[in-house]
This record gives sequence, structure tokens and C-alpha cells, in this order.
Amino acid sequence: MRDELVRPTRGSVKVGGEQVTRPLKRVGMAFQNATLLPWRSIRDNVLLPLEIVEPFRSQQRRQRGEQRERAEMLLKSVGLTGFGSRMPWELSGGMQQRAQLCRALVHEPAILLLDEPIGALDAFTREELWGVLQALWLERRFTVILVTHELRETGYLADKVHVMCARPGRVIASYAVPFSRPVSGNTFAPDFVALVHELRGNIDAAPA
Amino acid sequence: MTSTALHRIAPWATALILVALWWLGVKLFHIESYVLPTPFEAVEAIVKYRAALLHHGLATLSTTLAGFALAVAFGLCLGIFVGTFRIVYSALYPILIAFNSVPKAALVPILVIWFGAGTVLAVATAFMLSFFPVIVKVATGFATIEPELLDVLRSLGASRSDLVVKIGFPRSLPYFFASLKIAITLAFVGSVIAEIVAGNAGIGNVMLVASSSFNVPLVFAALIVVGMMGVGMYAIFALLETRFTSWSVRGATGIERMSGG
Repeated sequence: MRDELVRPTRGSVKVGGEQVTRPLKRVGMAFQNATLLPWRSIRDNVLLPLEIVEPFRSQQRRQRGEQRERAEMLLKSVGLTGFGSRMPWELSGGMQQRAQLCRALVHEPAILLLDEPIGALDAFTREELWGVLQALWLERRFTVILVTHELRETGYLADKVHVMCARPGRVIASYAVPFSRPVSGNTFAPDFVALVHELRGNIDAAPA
Repeated sequence: MTSTALHRIAPWATALILVALWWLGVKLFHIESYVLPTPFEAVEAIVKYRAALLHHGLATLSTTLAGFALAVAFGLCLGIFVGTFRIVYSALYPILIAFNSVPKAALVPILVIWFGAGTVLAVATAFMLSFFPVIVKVATGFATIEPELLDVLRSLGASRSDLVVKIGFPRSLPYFFASLKIAITLAFVGSVIAEIVAGNAGIGNVMLVASSSFNVPLVFAALIVVGMMGVGMYAIFALLETRFTSWSVRGATGIERMSGG
């Protein structure tokens, strides 16, 4: 809804004080599945937004070299150095998700929308990607809206948590996360577990 | 022997076995050459009538390619529309199926009335036979685009033409090439039929003249020439296919690997 793939049934969405009526150019989006285009190499997948979003689109021809370099830098920052020429199917699920993060960030969006991008991965890969995301954020400080079912993830990555319940979808509780960044990594520490329990309690208490 | 070498030899070996069976059959059952010539007599006829076969073969090849090119252009445009818009699909598909169910050979006499005998007729028949698979395949390619891929571009604010160029074309390319391989062989069928019914040139015409004078070895020589041209064109498109759509084929087919083959 934030990005106009679906229209709101009621109310409105405002970004930077302006009502959203069409997809925003300052937004990067990552999805639950990696959704890389199978006919493009990893590098060309990462470069895709630059072929669509202005002003990059019109600079494409002149700045091809710089843009490729930018893609390589991003791939390096998520630990995919040297995989730029590979095809998506040659990469594991976790690596594909990392490539997708690069694609969501390549046009330097002010807002990053993450729709459970880590949900489909195993526990270890997931924690690794939390680290990747945090490192990227520490470097670039964009705004992230993250949708997730993984409660520890919220404690690790979020500053504000809004708990939503289904049918009709609505916010039933909001929290400010007290941990200072960067979060050290032990998501089994007592204060961390306490937050997770509290969130969990909210969800259990929600009317079915 | 390596498996690639084996794969390269396999089609030639099969062809050789079939030719041997053909020769054996003729000899074993004492079939007269005006009924069924031996493979050697057919090859002899190719050598003997090489000038005529070359001339008429090129005529057939050019009408076939002209009809095929028209069919590809027409099929591509219509296929994109049918695959993109549900309403066009609903409106056109039943009619296309109906048209394709009509035996095209039966329509050739009508085309003769419209176009007269000759080149235009052969081109029109080749076109008529070969555009259908292009439409169906291209439409399938466009209709089965994963909505997730479209969402990726839409979330960036892509226009409809961006979606067609960045997703639609590359996504349908394997389907498109598959259709080319079917269409080119059908185009040969079309032009040869037209030449047989009402031609004054081309391989079909050669066959008609040869069979009416009981020169059956020449009929088979002509058949072999058509077959070779068909395989040749098919090979060209298969080569282009592997060149442009290698992303869609990851080595041995998935099912072959599953059974450990």
C-alpha cells in the first residue's frame, strides 16, 4: 500500500507530508521471494532500478562504468564479491536475497520497504542477513519499513515496533525498542527475550 | 566415447539405420523403382537433376522464408496482444482455434482464385500454415509472466512499455524460439502444398511433374531436398535459441537428471 501496488480501502498514506498516489521514486523494495529476473546476471539484476528510475535512467549511457562500479560495491558490502556475472539460479536462497537487497538499494532510496525478505531462509542465514542489513543501515541511514513474523528480528533491527492483527488488519500495540545500535548480536540475552515475550503476549491477546 | 560425441553422432546413426531399412525393404520385397526406388536411386536422381533441383529448391526456400517472415511478424504482434489482455484472448482465441482446425490444403484452391498461381500463392500458404504456433507460444509466454516480477518493476514506477521491454520480451524469448522451430517446418509444408496444387516453380512443382511421368526417383530426390532444407533452417533457429536463451536451459533437462540419466 505504501508503494501503491495495492490501493487503501480507507484513509491515506503520506510520505514526507505528501499524499501517495503513485509509486515513489525514492523507495526501494525487497520482497519475500528474491524475484530476481532469471535471464539477467546478478549484476544486471542489481542495475535494473537504474534503467527505470530517473535521473539514473537518462544518465545510463554516460555513466555505465560508474553504475557498474556502484553495483559491485553494493555486492561487496553484502558479501557477494565476484558473483556479479553469475546467473540467479547459480546462487543459494540466502545469496539471492542479498542480491535483492542490493537491487533495492542501488538507486539510493530514502525509504526501504522490506516485505518479509528474510522469512523464507533458515535460522543461520537469517541472522547473518540481519547483520548485513544493520551494517548497511549504519553506513547509509535510510528509513526502513520491515514487515516480519520473526519477533527476534524486530528487536534486532527495529527502533519502533507496531504489532498488527489480521482481519481487519490494524495496529494493536506500538513499542520503542530500547537497545542501542549496533545491536551486539546475542538475541538470546534476557532483556531481548523479555521484549520478544511481551510482543508475543500482545499477539496472543489479539481478538481472533 | 564422450557423451557429447555420442549426442553428435546419434541423429546421423538413426538416419543411416532408416536408410538401410529402406534399402533392405526394397531389395527384400523386390519393389519396382517406379513404385519405391532405393535410396541410391534417389541420390542418383539428386545428382542427375542437380541444376533443376537447385533452381526449384531456391524458389521454394525463398517463398517459404517470405511466408515465414510474415507469419513471425504477424504472430508476434498478435501473440503479445492475446497474451497481455484477457479481453483480446477471449475475443480472438476461439476464432484462431477454429481457423487452425480448417485443413489449409483445402483453402489453397480459394487462394488460387484470389492470388492466381505462383509465388504469391506459395507465400500466402506458407504464412497461413505457420503463424498459429507463433501466436500461441508468444501469448503463453506473456500470459504466464510471474506477477512478482511485474511487481518489482511496478514498485519502481515503471511504465507499461517498460514492463513489455524489460520483462515481457526476455521472459517470452524461449517460447518465441520454440515457436520458430515449429513454424519454419510448417512454412515448408505450406509452400510445397501450394506448388503442388498450382505452381509453376518450386520443389512441389518438380514433384508433381516427376510423378506424372512416373519418375519416382526424382520425387524422392525432391522430398530429400525439402527435408534437408527443413532440417537446415531448424538447425539455424536451434542455434539462435541456445545463443539467446541459455538462461532457461541449465544443462540436461531436469527430468532426465531426476532419473539419474
